[in-house]
Amino acid sequence: MIDEVLALATREIKKWFKNPFLLFMMIIQPIIWLGLFGKALNLTGLVNVDTSELPPDVTRQFSQLINGALNSLFGTEDYFTYMAAGMLSTIVLFTAMFSGMSVVWDRRFGFLNKLLVAPIRRESIILAKMSSSVMRALFQALLVFSVAFAFGLKLGNNFGPFDFVGMFSALFLLSLGLSAMFLAITIRIKSHETVIAVANLLNLPLIFTSSALFPVQQMPNWLQALAQYNPITYATDLVRTFVLHSRSGIDIAKIANNFQFLIAFAAIFTLVGLVLAQRGLRKN
Amino acid sequence: MAIIETHDLTRRFGDLVAVDHVSLSVEEKEIFGFLGPNGAGKTTTINMLTTLLRPNEGSAQVAGFDVVKEANEVRSTIGLVPQELTVDEDLTGMENMLLQARLYHVPMSKAKPRITEVLELLGLANAAKRKVETYSGGMRKRLELAAGLIHYPKVLFLDEPTLGLDVQTRAAMWDYIRKLRDEQKITIFLTTHYMEEADTLSDRIAIIDHAKIIAQGTPYDLKESLGGDIIEITPFEKNKNIKELLASLPTVKEVKNKGDVYRLKVMHGEETLPKIMEKICQNNIKIRRVSLIEPTLDQVFLEFTGRTIREMESGREDVWKMRRYLRRMRG
Repeated sequence: MIDEVLALATREIKKWFKNPFLLFMMIIQPIIWLGLFGKALNLTGLVNVDTSELPPDVTRQFSQLINGALNSLFGTEDYFTYMAAGMLSTIVLFTAMFSGMSVVWDRRFGFLNKLLVAPIRRESIILAKMSSSVMRALFQALLVFSVAFAFGLKLGNNFGPFDFVGMFSALFLLSLGLSAMFLAITIRIKSHETVIAVANLLNLPLIFTSSALFPVQQMPNWLQALAQYNPITYATDLVRTFVLHSRSGIDIAKIANNFQFLIAFAAIFTLVGLVLAQRGLRKN
Repeated sequence: MAIIETHDLTRRFGDLVAVDHVSLSVEEKEIFGFLGPNGAGKTTTINMLTTLLRPNEGSAQVAGFDVVKEANEVRSTIGLVPQELTVDEDLTGMENMLLQARLYHVPMSKAKPRITEVLELLGLANAAKRKVETYSGGMRKRLELAAGLIHYPKVLFLDEPTLGLDVQTRAAMWDYIRKLRDEQKITIFLTTHYMEEADTLSDRIAIIDHAKIIAQGTPYDLKESLGGDIIEITPFEKNKNIKELLASLPTVKEVKNKGDVYRLKVMHGEETLPKIMEKICQNNIKIRRVSLIEPTLDQVFLEFTGRTIREMESGREDVWKMRRYLRRMRG
């Protein structure tokens, strides 16, 4: 079964790397996101006033006030850093959405039938889709992270290899859960239009009810309640905690709690995906 | 021994009965043609025999295994070449074959020589390292055939193997299919809506229309069942003896005279014709013209259904599939 998953996942990855245009798009996409969106929404700049005419003492106090406010809001004085961390989860979400699309393609082109008449386990087909989608998502996240760094992401002064591993573990769990979720949703769908509609319907609410772009504490109560069940909130908070890891230390209990939620999320949807694979892949 | 056997195999989609109590028996190492118009239930039958669909009623055994209870055993003993082109365009011919070998659990040490063998057999040895993108329609279809053979299947299912191919490529494909049967000693079950394909290629055929089997047998027997061939003879002069003379032959069933022409309904036309000529020569009758009209499967279909095989109205999905298929075929 492991060999079956490997064989199929290799196919997906191979197809992906053999398409230079797709690779190019993948590299350009995070640059657009971070460069345009991240820099355009310059919240820090909004409160930057010209202080040159004020006495130096007042200027110092004023900027302290502003920075204090930003810090309590975003946990950092730099909104770009705040958003870039959220962007890692967002790009994982976008990549995972397309895992569902590839089943529809395979069904349309008849490749799925070829797999279904082969003496392989049905679960292998889904596992291969999940693992190739996870690999793509993590690769994308790594790209976004590098681009964000080049664009001025400010790492916490205590950031180390442990934080890097922690950050990508969180993203791994998120991408596994989301890929499995989208596969489960799209497994019986036969047209691309439907998949795109479903993906569009889900992607914005998932982003906006999470802490990816804006802190949960500042949301209205009903939105906060929703955000509590959004795995993207948990993954983003983890990524942010690790990225901003400063000398003041990190809250181990909160990290453990977030990881628990993500592990449960990934496990449940992987299981759902595997169960659905038995019946869902088959024709009618 | 029958390698495929079905009893009252039935499949419904909602109110539509796609396959209605189909009972078939396919012998080992024969080419079995499943002929019928589009939408008659051919692909649904193949889908049930290859474990893609479960029957609502009835049973089917392939190579001794039940298609529902022993689906996995069936899967490892059969190969399917579907209507669609499923080979991956982005990969090379060799990569496609290697993927197929892994999916059928053929160990690498055995897969390599087997791949060389089947690619050679289908005339693709030189194209193995090229991306499938660069293949012609016929080559793609042959690669599909090669992929279906990798695990030494006992039965190879071909769903419309020459759909969308031009006339010459189609004839070449027929030769390849015969070669497979002869050299690989496997049973081939093929569906087609082309009369001449079923006729020239199959050892035996079953004709399906509106979900039901309407006739089964060798192409020869089916055509014979129409009551034989027609021979038309036009003598130089009218001769009153001709009618009795010809009717006395045992395989001549009926002689009719219409104007100058004598129209004979005979059994085994090709063998009867020389006997008729012999008789005529013995009696010194001069003949201007002789023609032998052999019945076609089209006439068989006509006889059983009252219609000739026609293109069925296609659904939206079918039209879409066909367009995309033709696009891919053009490369």
